[in-house]
Amino acid sequence: MAEMIEVHSLSKTFETDEGRVEALQDISLSIEAGDIYGIIGMSGAGKSTLVRCLNFLERPTSGTVCIGGKDLSTLSRAELLRTRREISMIFQHFNLLMQKSVIDNICFPLVIAGVKKKDARKRAEELLEIVELSEKAAAYPSQLSGGQKQRVAIARALAANPKILLCDEATSALDPRTTQSILQLLKEINQKYGITIVIITHEMSVVREICSHVAIIGEGRLVEQGRVSDIFAHPKTAEAKELILKGSGTERRTLEDRQRELMKGKSCIRIVFSVNSSFEPVIANMILRFGQPINILRADTRNVEGIARGEMILSLPDDPGMQEEMKAYLTERGLAVEEVNGYVDE
Amino acid sequence: MWTSDLTLMMLEGVRDTLLMTLLSTFFGYLLGLPWGIALAVTDKTGIRPNAAVYKALDVLANILRSVPFLILLILVMPLTRMIVGKTTGSIATIVPLTIAAAPFIGRMIESSIKEVDHGVVEAAQSMGADTFTIIWKVLLVEARTSILVGVTIAIGTILGYSAMAGVVGGGGLGDIAMRYGYYRYETLIMIVSVVLLVVLVQIFQTLGMRLSVKLDKRK
Repeated sequence: MAEMIEVHSLSKTFETDEGRVEALQDISLSIEAGDIYGIIGMSGAGKSTLVRCLNFLERPTSGTVCIGGKDLSTLSRAELLRTRREISMIFQHFNLLMQKSVIDNICFPLVIAGVKKKDARKRAEELLEIVELSEKAAAYPSQLSGGQKQRVAIARALAANPKILLCDEATSALDPRTTQSILQLLKEINQKYGITIVIITHEMSVVREICSHVAIIGEGRLVEQGRVSDIFAHPKTAEAKELILKGSGTERRTLEDRQRELMKGKSCIRIVFSVNSSFEPVIANMILRFGQPINILRADTRNVEGIARGEMILSLPDDPGMQEEMKAYLTERGLAVEEVNGYVDE
Repeated sequence: MWTSDLTLMMLEGVRDTLLMTLLSTFFGYLLGLPWGIALAVTDKTGIRPNAAVYKALDVLANILRSVPFLILLILVMPLTRMIVGKTTGSIATIVPLTIAAAPFIGRMIESSIKEVDHGVVEAAQSMGADTFTIIWKVLLVEARTSILVGVTIAIGTILGYSAMAGVVGGGGLGDIAMRYGYYRYETLIMIVSVVLLVVLVQIFQTLGMRLSVKLDKRK
């Protein structure tokens, strides 16, 4: 595969009032076209500076950045501006135009590129469909939730058909469930349109979820890089070990999110067992009777007003007729049956 | 005694004051808007830092703003005569009013633009927007509400200045208050003039604030 992004011994030094700050030192990495590449590090490690060097929002002090074979430092200003249109970016705080409607926000990069207004709107409407926000076209960013804002930002980033999407802590301001849905969307975009994605994050769970490769940055230096699976199995450096350990704290949360993800689009019911209904092996009998597999997504016991009650979430077969019969079967046996399809919300 | 002649005079005063204020505000923004944009853009935190340009505009704004308006009024008289042909009356007053208002408006524009979230500017830069597009489509649009509040403040201030120009024969309500109220001790006329000035400021303030709230999409 071709190298989409090639960074060679990049350093960045800031001159501040307190003296020189070496934000990045001698970083080299290459990202192949179609990769989802994670850049992870603690806050202050320099990863945000690194991602800004990839589109020359920050000019490196030394070293080179090549995008699709073009060395950015050799480009004229006009050429650089044109190249930036191929490198989109999304941000932690979304950075939408607050005084413009959703559709105008998405049209904005097209306006910059000189696309006709009518064509821009048509493209924006397509993108709104991709991010599932068509009904919000006329809304303003202040009326949207965080997840919705990031979806708009993603639609905006895709508007000008970029080759690369840079994500600067794009999920850090979102709750775990929303994070999950945004990551899924990024994954889809990567697979469908072949866009190379670079993800800057401090959360290992994000890298594990969607990245194929990862670079670990610590104190301005590249400490480890490689395939995510390799680094997970055999972290070599202290930084890698620390990040992996820290990441496991979110395991439980992501498990629940997974569950919600599984439930999405499936017909799910929640059943509650009371004392009376626990004599008969209801689920086993139902499977035998209908000859259809049932997926148990969750089983738990809850203490409700001092009485233990069993709770289960089942995923039913896709046939609606079968579903009705199963629900009737369960109700007949004294179980409380409740549909939980609307579970996934934002 | 209040006569219909006096009513007519007061109405003419209101008309002249409005004329001076609105035209001076307009010309003030014609100069002050690019001035303020240039200040915000060339500052070291701006999108095209340029220390020399910033310093020049900064010093000029400070100098003009530190000259008391009455002195400025007299200082620019040669210029006023050159442009308008005379130094008294409402139209002539527009020249010093504009010169006094422009740097003040420039400062307000500068501060409105600096309030715009840097992240949004960065987003536009990442899309390959050039400086002009960022100014026109990002900075001015996002700062819209703040700029409108500024216009409201500017109108109130310029209206006050226009009344001050009455001292040297400026025209409008200030002129009436000065000639009748001060020189001829006709307190009633002075009070009516001042009340009318207050009412005008109130109207502009209310309209300006309503408009800015209505145009603000941040809720």
